[in-house]
Amino acid sequence: MKNSLTIAGKELAGYFLQPVAYVVMTVFLLLGGFFFFALLRYFEMTLAYSAAMQQNPEVLQQINLNQRVIEPMLHNLAIVLVILVPAITMRTFAEEKRTGTYELLLTAPIRTGEIVAGKFIAAAAFMLIMIGLAGIFPLILVAFGNPEVGVMFAGYLGLSFLAISFVSIGLFTSSLTENQIIAAISCFGLLLLLFVISWPAQAGGSSYADLLRYLSLPDHFAQMVTGIIDTRDVVYFLSVIFVALFLTQRSVESARWR
Amino acid sequence: MIEVKNLTKAYGNFVAVKDVSFKAESGSILGFLGPNGAGKTTTMRIITGYMPATAGTVLIDGLDIFSQSLEARRKIGYLPENPPLYPDMRVEAYLRFVAKLRGVGRAKIDSALEHVLEVCGLTDMAHRICGQLSKGYRQRVGLAQALIHDPPVLVLDEPTIGLDPRQIHEIRGLIHHLSGNRTVVLSTHILPEVSQICDKVVIIADGRVVLEEYLKKLPAGTSLEDIFLNAITKERHDDGATAEETLEEVGAGHT
Repeated sequence: MKNSLTIAGKELAGYFLQPVAYVVMTVFLLLGGFFFFALLRYFEMTLAYSAAMQQNPEVLQQINLNQRVIEPMLHNLAIVLVILVPAITMRTFAEEKRTGTYELLLTAPIRTGEIVAGKFIAAAAFMLIMIGLAGIFPLILVAFGNPEVGVMFAGYLGLSFLAISFVSIGLFTSSLTENQIIAAISCFGLLLLLFVISWPAQAGGSSYADLLRYLSLPDHFAQMVTGIIDTRDVVYFLSVIFVALFLTQRSVESARWR
Repeated sequence: MIEVKNLTKAYGNFVAVKDVSFKAESGSILGFLGPNGAGKTTTMRIITGYMPATAGTVLIDGLDIFSQSLEARRKIGYLPENPPLYPDMRVEAYLRFVAKLRGVGRAKIDSALEHVLEVCGLTDMAHRICGQLSKGYRQRVGLAQALIHDPPVLVLDEPTIGLDPRQIHEIRGLIHHLSGNRTVVLSTHILPEVSQICDKVVIIADGRVVLEEYLKKLPAGTSLEDIFLNAITKERHDDGATAEETLEEVGAGHT
């Protein structure tokens, strides 16, 4: 555990020694801000329009900030993460292999699991910092409107789970190669696949359709974004993280297999 | 003490190291010689536990590098062929990181750091960024990294490569000074280096050990260069050449 934290500390500091981390954060927050602004404008317009149409108050009640602003913004940010996470995780193992520092890690008296855990903690912490900074948007809503705080919290929790699952998959693809481009592209491919995997399921109601629907990442994410923290969804994300990290550990350990 | 026992490493069909065995005693410096591509780096990577052997094993102070890997690795300080530096880190931060990884206690890190910085002539460089250092200084940081946990076994892959003559002199002096009761294995293809600082020489060619001998016991009046050239050309002509034959031949040539 101590060794994992040593590696995590060095990795997390390492993110901020390189410009990539700042670029990724800037892009994430700028796009987030743009979505927030655009959705808020749209929300205002809908509200004004509905009011002008003299609709009954019940309909007006249903137009709320959570559904019209935060929900779609989180869905958009999830897609932005599909592109940004590979850029963050591609270095983790691939770069060490290329520059030879992998030799330092593997000959140090530490377990491969500790190396993987350390890199995972750092990448997850980076994501939480980034998503935490995007917490400014709900704060603005709280200051000037009356959104439901619990629902927004569940949505951000969902986004965090999603980001950390992505990061685990990114670590895995990076552990397979010493080429950062290959690591990034294969991570991107896997993440996108998890996004669209339930498409064929719309055709039928067979058991395989159920399976695809279960594997589909946005389905579980959408639940949390609407404010429902279901253990099934939490278990899904934890399983993705666990499986990806397990495979990463095996992949790193495989260097020692005879 | 390092005992290499019948080490074989195959990459697919290509056999890089064939049945290599030798012993490096505590308190001595072993020079590991061989032409490029002879299998020096592969052997050293196996000794340090970076890669597994296809067959055979290595004992580090009696600990098997495969079955007791963690304990064995704790005893080793290793300078790979390319110093394993993180280019964005500062020298001091880097060495602290390695110290923690190698299990130096929190209380001892400061003194260990100060010690290696001084010994490797890096005191003025502590706040420089690793990626911006010259080759010579990178090599020194690599050496400092291998020494920081005061290991009983040192494995150095071409420690003086890329250094200027003055630095080579210093590093050789340093290695000599370090040996004390440590076991040091260093690879090189600079022959005078071996005659100057090593106690024992192992010559490897084409993946096989062609000579393992104490420097003192080498025939008087023969230069290491002759022995080396003879050993590696012999290897090319006849795979069955033994160390004794090689020595006799060189000895005969000079008498």
